[in-house]
Amino acid sequence: MTPQTALIALLLLSTAGYYLGRKRAMAVADKTGGPKTLHSRPVYYGTLTALWCAVPALIIFSFWMMFESTVISNMVISKLPESLQSLPADRLNLIMNDIKNLVSGNIVSGEDNPALQAAADYYQYLRSISHGALFVLILTLCIAAVSVLQNRIRPDLRARNHVEKLIYYILIACSTLAIFTTIGIVLSVLYESIRFFKIIPLHEFLFGFKWSPQMAIRADQVGSSGAFGAIPVFTGTLLVSAIAMAVAVPVGLMSAIYLSEYANRKFRAFAKPLLEILAGIPTVVYGFFAALVVSPIIRDTGALIGLDVSSESALAAGLVMGVMIIPFVSSLSDDVINAVPQGLRDGALSLGSTQSETIRYIVLPAALPGIVGGVLLAVSRAIGETMIVVMAAGLSANMTLNPLKTVTTVTVQIVTLLVGDQEFDSPKTLAAFALGLLLFVVTLILNVIALYVVRKYREQYE
Amino acid sequence: MNKETNQSNGSVRTADLVQKGLARRYKTEKRFRMAGLCAIIFSLLCLAGLFVSIFGSGYTAFQQTAIELDIFLDPSLLNPNNLSGADFNGLVKTSFFKLFPEVTDRGEKKKLLSLLSSGASYRLSDFVKTHPDKIGQTVSLFVPADDDVDMLIKGHVNRNLPETERRLDNLQLSLINTLEKQAKIKKQFNTTFFTAGDSREPELAGIRGATCGSFYTLLITLVLSFPIGVAAAVYLEEFAPKNRFTDVIEVNINNLAAVPSIVFGLLGLAVFLNFFELPRSSSLAGGIVLTLMTLPTIIIAGRAALKSVPPSIREAALGVGASKTQMVAHHVLPLAMPGMLTGTIIGMARALGETAPLLMIGMVAFIVDIPAGFTDPSTVLPVQIFLWADSPERAFMEKTSAAIMVLLLFLVVMNSAAVFLRKKYEQRW
Repeated sequence: MTPQTALIALLLLSTAGYYLGRKRAMAVADKTGGPKTLHSRPVYYGTLTALWCAVPALIIFSFWMMFESTVISNMVISKLPESLQSLPADRLNLIMNDIKNLVSGNIVSGEDNPALQAAADYYQYLRSISHGALFVLILTLCIAAVSVLQNRIRPDLRARNHVEKLIYYILIACSTLAIFTTIGIVLSVLYESIRFFKIIPLHEFLFGFKWSPQMAIRADQVGSSGAFGAIPVFTGTLLVSAIAMAVAVPVGLMSAIYLSEYANRKFRAFAKPLLEILAGIPTVVYGFFAALVVSPIIRDTGALIGLDVSSESALAAGLVMGVMIIPFVSSLSDDVINAVPQGLRDGALSLGSTQSETIRYIVLPAALPGIVGGVLLAVSRAIGETMIVVMAAGLSANMTLNPLKTVTTVTVQIVTLLVGDQEFDSPKTLAAFALGLLLFVVTLILNVIALYVVRKYREQYE
Repeated sequence: MNKETNQSNGSVRTADLVQKGLARRYKTEKRFRMAGLCAIIFSLLCLAGLFVSIFGSGYTAFQQTAIELDIFLDPSLLNPNNLSGADFNGLVKTSFFKLFPEVTDRGEKKKLLSLLSSGASYRLSDFVKTHPDKIGQTVSLFVPADDDVDMLIKGHVNRNLPETERRLDNLQLSLINTLEKQAKIKKQFNTTFFTAGDSREPELAGIRGATCGSFYTLLITLVLSFPIGVAAAVYLEEFAPKNRFTDVIEVNINNLAAVPSIVFGLLGLAVFLNFFELPRSSSLAGGIVLTLMTLPTIIIAGRAALKSVPPSIREAALGVGASKTQMVAHHVLPLAMPGMLTGTIIGMARALGETAPLLMIGMVAFIVDIPAGFTDPSTVLPVQIFLWADSPERAFMEKTSAAIMVLLLFLVVMNSAAVFLRKKYEQRW
């Protein structure tokens, strides 16, 4: 009895409910003199039945699936032998993982343990009970909904209004998902970050000058104790983003100006889609390009003129990131420049200024707020960009503004700290969430300012 | 600019000043214009460079070097009832040694064998299993060569390098030369690349597993994000009252569209994996995370499509007595649907190329098996590209470029579909 079967059964039952409701409505109507005596068309009686059949059951189903494994895990843990239960939380997690692996028939780390086997059997038993119960529950709910509605269907039942009300609530539920996503992001990142700041004080994180997150995993291990001063990571991020913006802003802006002010229709129709292709290329492709083509070129050129360029230089990552952002800047600026009223241009041209003077002294100042907004959005994009820097920038957190050296960024650190196996409660993993929180907050502030500026600007000329 | 008129009026000064500056100003004008053109040319050159370098290093991956072996399917070794227990490796070895009777030394034999891929015996085993009637005959079969041989045949390795800098030594090189002279070694179309999952051996690695993973992940994303996105867009555009609550939703959606994708990965890790305990590395978890990520795109595109439907249509529907829901469902939504579909396809294309959030939820694991369902551990195409790009073998670089070409092909198809939809159904009111 897998959840999939329950879902399919639910679908079938709702379809059946639709036909039953419609049939019932027709039958009722026949007694009172044909379908025209019904308040709504028979379809609505069917839809009403189907909705009441599907929606509550679906809600129950999703909540059940969300909490099923947590509840079962806790029940299994409470049944484990005392010696295992008294283990620290992280060891217990490992054991739970082993049990789950046993259940799904995977290879288990460590030796065969009868206690684990028993726990796995218990887990399986509980899970089959849970799935069975879910199935029965959904079935009962559906049948109850259909039978209740069968009795309720009368010619004066305002089925259409009921259906519309239900649809209205479903629409609201769908649109609030965005709020829940934001809340989910804030809560999950904040919760782990607070745990991190309990171990590493906030000021040490924000103002520390040394970043080396390698921690001794066992107490007796010799090794670095871990330092979580994020300043080098921030400077690295800023350096790479600055290089990217140094490429993207002039090139993007000039392309936008040329496309909207100078280019003829034909050239525009040819160049604009090509620029948009740049925006559609996945970032992992840019990362590959940066690591395998641009980095070696920069290193070799550096060697030719006697410069010592690291093979994972900030320059390579920044340049490629800049190329990635060009279409972003250019399409935003294009919109903004096109929104400047033609009258302003005509006025300047009629006073005898050349086209470039018109653009520089009239169009650009008028469009400046919008352009600034677009650039801010681009900066937030550069800061949050992950794959290019993961593949082309380094891991070592150097405090440097030299673009030829290796630097690391916030996103690189998040990826390296979280990819691979490690215990979930160590400051090392929690640090990733603290960095994530910072990233979220910074990009959020940039976005809010940018969106506000752009919106204000649009209103100005509308 | 008539000098004489100006002179006769006696106001020479301004005109002269203008005249004097004109040459300089025109020059600036020209320079400015050139700068704009250069900016576009620079971007297009970058695009060209990207494509040329990837296609240039990737097209060879669609061919694979194979070595032809004449294998005697010895009935005493192959029991048709128990083929899985048969020693296919031994068969491959003996037939390969037969090609080079002069190689007798143990060490040299080992070097000879290293020219063959470890997948050679699988190829033979597959062949025998599909043609059990051939047992007892001698068949000629192409088996994959090792990736170092492959690189050499394709010319990615310089044969004139000193022996110490090559992965293949002089003996192996001369053996390959002999094979080439006998025409026993040749390049074939690389079917493995499209039918196999990931592998540590470049010559046995393929993208089928990643493609299936991408398919399942995108299916989840589409099934979840399209209905929810359309519903949200319809609510915000057609039903929502102008109040605080609606404003909050709008601001939220606009912000989510600009949140770095890796943050969605953190959300997925903390909420879906650790709290709800969804299976790690599964396309289910990946699909849900990508849904949250693409929803804002779909909602924004959907709202734009709804906005472009003229109000007269709504008024006409309401005028003949339709309810608000009927008006939306029967009239506005069908007219806005092409625009919504275009937005959805673009959102899906973005989701297909997304890597960072999927790294967070463990889709970066080395997975050989081809996923068969939504909860199986799987990987997706961009993550596969990331994994291969990290591999040190030269042959994987070629595979990476080829995988990128396949990914780009998918993206081109999706985006062309979006453009086609827009062109075909675009209506100007």
